[in-house]
Amino acid sequence: MEPVPYDKAFAIRLLTDMLRIRRMEEKCAELYGAGKIRGFLHLYIGEEACAVGALHALTAEDNIVATYREHGHALVRGVSMNAIMAEMFGKAAGCSRGRGGSMHLFDSATRFYGGNAIVGGGLPLAVGLALADKMQGIPMVTACFFGDGAVAEGAFHEAMNLAALWKLPVLFCCENNLYGMGTALERAEAQVDLSVKAAGYRMAAAKVDGMDVVAVLEATRLAAGQVRAGAGPFFLEYQTYRFRAHSMFDPELYRDKAEVEKWKERGPLHTFSARLKAEGKLSEKEFLKLDAQAEKEVAAAVDFAERAELESVNDLLTDVYTPAVAP
Amino acid sequence: MKISYREAMRQAMHEALAGDPRVFLMGEDVGKYGGTYAVSKGFIEEFGPERIRDTPLSELGFVGAGIGAALGGMRPIVEVMTVNFSLLALDQIVNTAAVLRHMSGGQFSVPLVVRMATGAGRQLAAQHSHSLENWYAHIPGIRVLAPATIGDARGMLAPALADPDPVIIFEHAQLYNLEGELADDWQCDIARAAVRREGSQVSVFAYGGCLPKAMQAAAELADAGIDAEVIDLRLLRPLDTETIAASVRKTHRAVVVDEGWKSGSLAAEVVARIVEDCFYDLDAPPVRVCSAEVPIPYARHMEEAALPQPAKIVAAVKELLNA
Ligand SMILES: Cc1ncc(C[n+]2csc(CCOP(=O)(O)OP(=O)(O)O)c2C)c(N)n1
Ligand SMILES: [Mg+2]
Repeated sequence: MEPVPYDKAFAIRLLTDMLRIRRMEEKCAELYGAGKIRGFLHLYIGEEACAVGALHALTAEDNIVATYREHGHALVRGVSMNAIMAEMFGKAAGCSRGRGGSMHLFDSATRFYGGNAIVGGGLPLAVGLALADKMQGIPMVTACFFGDGAVAEGAFHEAMNLAALWKLPVLFCCENNLYGMGTALERAEAQVDLSVKAAGYRMAAAKVDGMDVVAVLEATRLAAGQVRAGAGPFFLEYQTYRFRAHSMFDPELYRDKAEVEKWKERGPLHTFSARLKAEGKLSEKEFLKLDAQAEKEVAAAVDFAERAELESVNDLLTDVYTPAVAP
Repeated sequence: MKISYREAMRQAMHEALAGDPRVFLMGEDVGKYGGTYAVSKGFIEEFGPERIRDTPLSELGFVGAGIGAALGGMRPIVEVMTVNFSLLALDQIVNTAAVLRHMSGGQFSVPLVVRMATGAGRQLAAQHSHSLENWYAHIPGIRVLAPATIGDARGMLAPALADPDPVIIFEHAQLYNLEGELADDWQCDIARAAVRREGSQVSVFAYGGCLPKAMQAAAELADAGIDAEVIDLRLLRPLDTETIAASVRKTHRAVVVDEGWKSGSLAAEVVARIVEDCFYDLDAPPVRVCSAEVPIPYARHMEEAALPQPAKIVAAVKELLNA
């Protein structure tokens, strides 16, 4: 394997972000069992390399559109773990004031446009954000994350066509974890090589090992560079796998334990840390320290969320419409 | 000055495009074709294909793109050819545009205007004749407008574009050829219904394509010695309950005209509000004149029979007054 092409500090940053997502979500699962977090909860465990690699390849001015499986994206983007946890607790200090929950994390400060829980729903939005940027001469990329399941939706095809037709700066980031809920890709798609679909729109495309944070980062950097340079949209497929159930309600009848175990061997955290250790960029002691730091951040976030206030019911009807600004 | 509803709408859009570089028009055949209803004829030559943007047949895609562009700092006017095809974009309107502000805890408003033609009356049969304004009026988070006069066709767009939240404008296809005087005071308060004719004996409520029918009915009723007030609802969400109630308190009788089907109609909502707010002011139960509960048929006589007509409104009023 190629050596990790980053200095120690940046490599550790990537590892740290993956760890933060992992530890945060493990805690979420626990809190779900305890009844602290309710509604739908979709864990990203196993897929961390995608969000971490991709978002570290983008700039703070780029726009991000994500799905309901977006805790990791929000966190890496810079939304505080406190605000994410408080959101899942339904508290006013949450990043969507408790109006959204796990599936609808939003943050205008980091250009994080959510948290869309309609499969494929974020894609047309991303096209529009990119259209606005193009019309205003703003040289930013809009990165839109979605799953393999979304590829079957009309919204995917309409968005791909519009983005290609109008040469818009959209980076389509398909996180192919091989399942849409319980439906395996080959039971949903006549063409399972998803990158081939881009050809129908004369769009540049690539696929990359989504379990390898370096591969994800490099591929995304390359693709985003092209998009930013005005070459039009790009379709990037991250080949990944979720280790946990689709949501907390999923009994996982549709896949073998053996399949899951096989993928876990390629887990993005331990493979990357092993690599760094082999290269002398990480010691076991350092790893344990990073892990302890992540655990500490999680504990603090839970504490924050626990103690945060609920929004007053008197505010139920606010923000359905934008309040008129005083003249 | 006498102009058509189409021309009034065209002037409003022209003014918006000329006055604000963030405004652009996007939809099927808005450019080279000149607009399905010729509202944007000549625009592409004047403003260019970037701002008069022809789209593929992708209602979901380009309405969603309009939402994204609005978030990104533009002021898009998205034209959906007709309400019938807007069903393909319903997801983006209902699940994204309407909820985004609330779901994001107040972080993201969507200053989007969606225009669409609506309604029956041109023998276009069941798939091209829907009047589904009430579906949209059901949804919190959007504002729904129905310009029914030359003045409102001219005056509603500017405040709609100034609104920080999504606004849907329904233009009844039968109205485009309507001709009339454009009064000097065409500026429009999109927060209020409008009294189109003052009267004392009965309030007739209507909107969109049914307003001219209600006005015609009121004229016929006047000939028969019945003094009807006509209220143009024009703001379908949020309904201007105050204006509605004030009229009923004056006349004590209400007839609601609606091209939608009676079951679950906007007329039902108006009647419910009248009953809730003015029950003891009523001299008789409110009455609705709606479309027959049938897909709109092609044959002319059948279509006419299915829709509210002036004669039906006249008959309903007379029955209400035992006249
Ligand atoms: C339009 C729509 N249809 C169905 C659902 C229910 N649903 C939620 S997630 C999901 C699977 C989506 O799979 P994929 O796009 O691969 O994303 P993943 O969950 O694997 O990350 C389904 C069917 C939905 N939310 N939206
Ligand atoms: Mg999937």
